[in-house]
Amino acid sequence: MPDIDRIARQFIEAIPHCRPLGMRVDSVAGGLAVISMAWDARFVGDPGTGVIHGGAVSALMDTASGAAVMCHPEAPSTTATMDLRIDYMRPATPGQRITARAECYHMTRSVAFVRVTATDEDDTRPVASATGAFTVDRRGAA
Amino acid sequence: MTRPPKPEPVQVVKQRRDAALAALVDGVPYLRFLGIRFDRRGDELTAILPYDDALIGNPLIPALHGGATAAFLETTAIIELAWATMWEQMEGGGQPGPPQLPKTIDFTVDYLRSGLPRDAYARARVNRSGRRYASVHVEAWQDNRARLFAQATGHFLMPVRDDPTRGA
Repeated sequence: MPDIDRIARQFIEAIPHCRPLGMRVDSVAGGLAVISMAWDARFVGDPGTGVIHGGAVSALMDTASGAAVMCHPEAPSTTATMDLRIDYMRPATPGQRITARAECYHMTRSVAFVRVTATDEDDTRPVASATGAFTVDRRGAA
Repeated sequence: MTRPPKPEPVQVVKQRRDAALAALVDGVPYLRFLGIRFDRRGDELTAILPYDDALIGNPLIPALHGGATAAFLETTAIIELAWATMWEQMEGGGQPGPPQLPKTIDFTVDYLRSGLPRDAYARARVNRSGRRYASVHVEAWQDNRARLFAQATGHFLMPVRDDPTRGA
């Protein structure tokens, strides 16, 4: 595993908020990150339907986006979300695992642009998608 | 001569409003998961996200996770919208039905500065609330009300209201 990808994985795995949400780093490489999360009754937003809260899906997509920035070949030393616009297309099916696939498709000296899609176990119909702008911090970078 | 009806004792009114709010908030597991509470002054709600180490996204700074912030703002918007509907029903003399939650269509979060390891507060303003769609703006701050650390705007699909006056 190249150094950048290993560092990006460590960065994500060290995020405290991802642990209680049970996020799993499926892959991080070359500006692409796949992170997933199991359905959990504690994450439900609408008790009438058992559908997971949009906020939990947002947290997953935000994490995947940050991971995509961190594993970009230009290897920023750290990043933070500046802007995230999320579209919710349909409710995630209760009980199913949710997977976010993020791509850092452009990086300038100080800004990274990301798009991300979340799916449940039917990966032909996205649950949500988002685009974001992230800060790029190069201090301390080799 | 008829006198105007005596106003209800304040405790009765408060109890009814607090119970309605509790029914709304306690029903959402994810609010409990994040530890979010709501403070009520009349019809005005303030959401409170008490600090917890599990909310951190960057342990080096340390800063709140962008996803936790987004979730905090989104729940504040949803509860405000549902609450506004319940309030109307309640103050109109009706019994509020079981809380029905609006569905998020889109949500745009503007991260203004990093969230500090402190309690966070948020208030939502319903800018437009139609029969089907609503637009809500939310502001979140920590120590100073004037120094927002995040704000957001979202569009929501309103729940279908049971209206007995309308035919099938």
